[in-house]
Amino acid sequence: MTSVLYDVPGPRAIARNRILAVITVLVVLAAIGFVVYRMLVTGQFTEQKWYVFTFSNVWIGIGKALGNTLAAFALAAVLSLVLGFVLAIGRLSDHAWVRIPVTVITELFRAVPVLVFMMLLYYGLPVIGVKMEPYWAVVIALMVYNGSVLAEVLRAGVESLPRGQKEAGFAIGLRKSGVMRLILFPQAIRAMLPVIVAQLVVTMKDTALGFIITYPELLYYAKQLTSQQGRPILQSAIVIGGIYILMCLILSGIAKWVEIRTRHSPKVRGAVPEAGPDPRVHDGGTNTELIAMQRGAGKFDGTSTGG
Amino acid sequence: MDVIFGNLDLWGEAIGNTLLVFLGGGLIALVLGIIVGAMRVSPIPIARAFGTVYVNLVRNTPLTLVFFVFVFGYPALGLPKLSPLVLGILAIGIYTATYVAEVLRAGINTVPVGQAEAARAIGLPFGQVMTLVVLPQAFRSVVPPMMSVFIALLKNTTVAAGFSIAELAALRATVNDAPDRPGNPMEVLLWVAVVFVVLVLVMSAVQRQLENRWRIVR
Repeated sequence: MTSVLYDVPGPRAIARNRILAVITVLVVLAAIGFVVYRMLVTGQFTEQKWYVFTFSNVWIGIGKALGNTLAAFALAAVLSLVLGFVLAIGRLSDHAWVRIPVTVITELFRAVPVLVFMMLLYYGLPVIGVKMEPYWAVVIALMVYNGSVLAEVLRAGVESLPRGQKEAGFAIGLRKSGVMRLILFPQAIRAMLPVIVAQLVVTMKDTALGFIITYPELLYYAKQLTSQQGRPILQSAIVIGGIYILMCLILSGIAKWVEIRTRHSPKVRGAVPEAGPDPRVHDGGTNTELIAMQRGAGKFDGTSTGG
Repeated sequence: MDVIFGNLDLWGEAIGNTLLVFLGGGLIALVLGIIVGAMRVSPIPIARAFGTVYVNLVRNTPLTLVFFVFVFGYPALGLPKLSPLVLGILAIGIYTATYVAEVLRAGINTVPVGQAEAARAIGLPFGQVMTLVVLPQAFRSVVPPMMSVFIALLKNTTVAAGFSIAELAALRATVNDAPDRPGNPMEVLLWVAVVFVVLVLVMSAVQRQLENRWRIVR
């Protein structure tokens, strides 16, 4: 990677950069080394601390918890996509009596932290006589929050399309629904696909909030493991954390791949001006900033996990 | 209304702690985020590599897990005892720092290539290219997404509720566990949601203001 911010370094700059590089390495290694040293001193690497992970039962438990995490994620992802479309159509409606309530609802849902919403469903609803399983509390809270975020994303996608697209659609005699379904949404989805997948990564991360309302997902299982023999707190955090990071990295990888693919696709390049050599669409720049920059969108959650 | 005025002391403590986590975490996130953001655009490859690894690792970790590591894991290291509140602030600060770093980097990237090239062409060294040409322009495009990061940070403070930090989202449990406190979970949580909605709406109004004032017309 070459940057425009600095020249190709000369001899003095090279020497200075080397010194800075050595300092950076030393500082980072010192920080990591200190943690490892403390772990060594407190015996975190001893056999008994990792003993729990030799049982196949524990791994079956981890597998079950992983299944629960994925079940919540899968349903929440699908439902939030559906809700996102519905809300996006509502927000783009020509009728004020549809548009205004839907706008208020999306803004409200994005402003309430996901966890508070989950707690409302799990602890709050029994007060008025509705008992809810933790699974549904997690799924519904994630659906509502991510659905309204996705609605904003889709709306930003549709609004970033040139006006001519819509007008041409009407000109060839399509109705409103046809213009939306056949012309606007396909282009908006293609342009916003990286952002949509990035939001799914957020959904995946937020399933971990289920831990707090006792949904038996991965982190909850990690907490249970810590009370096992040897109290392997850091160990289970490392193992479970590794699984989370791996899953999210895979999803992020898909997002990246989709982004690169869409950028090279001639279909999108023709339609969406932003997909061109716009400096905003910069390698590795966070996708959510993109929407944040399109006016009016991404107000609440530039790069959020809703929490 | 009883749920508010009967528990006024608890609400005061909870809002205080929420703001403490927010401000403390925000401060750590800003300082660490600026350092990491600078590393990610620096001319030193190894610093860029460290920055990238840190950002990618932490951004792909659920905040709840970061809290877990800090609040439950830290005491296992046998270091001086810290309260869950301090550990929570550290956790949320370190988590949010990655987002701050990314916003800064994206902001620097929005400055057109020609600006930095022109600055170099007239012979400015790296430091002056940054301080005189790139950063003043990047700053303007950074402010709105940075506000979004802080809004997300505010909402993320609720995660602390699961880790014995007495902030707003934990209020339900506190009120519930004390038999003589008025209010049921539904009421408490609805008011908590109202507090967050108000705070978030205020912040996003500020964001809109700044955005309009500092928009760069190119």
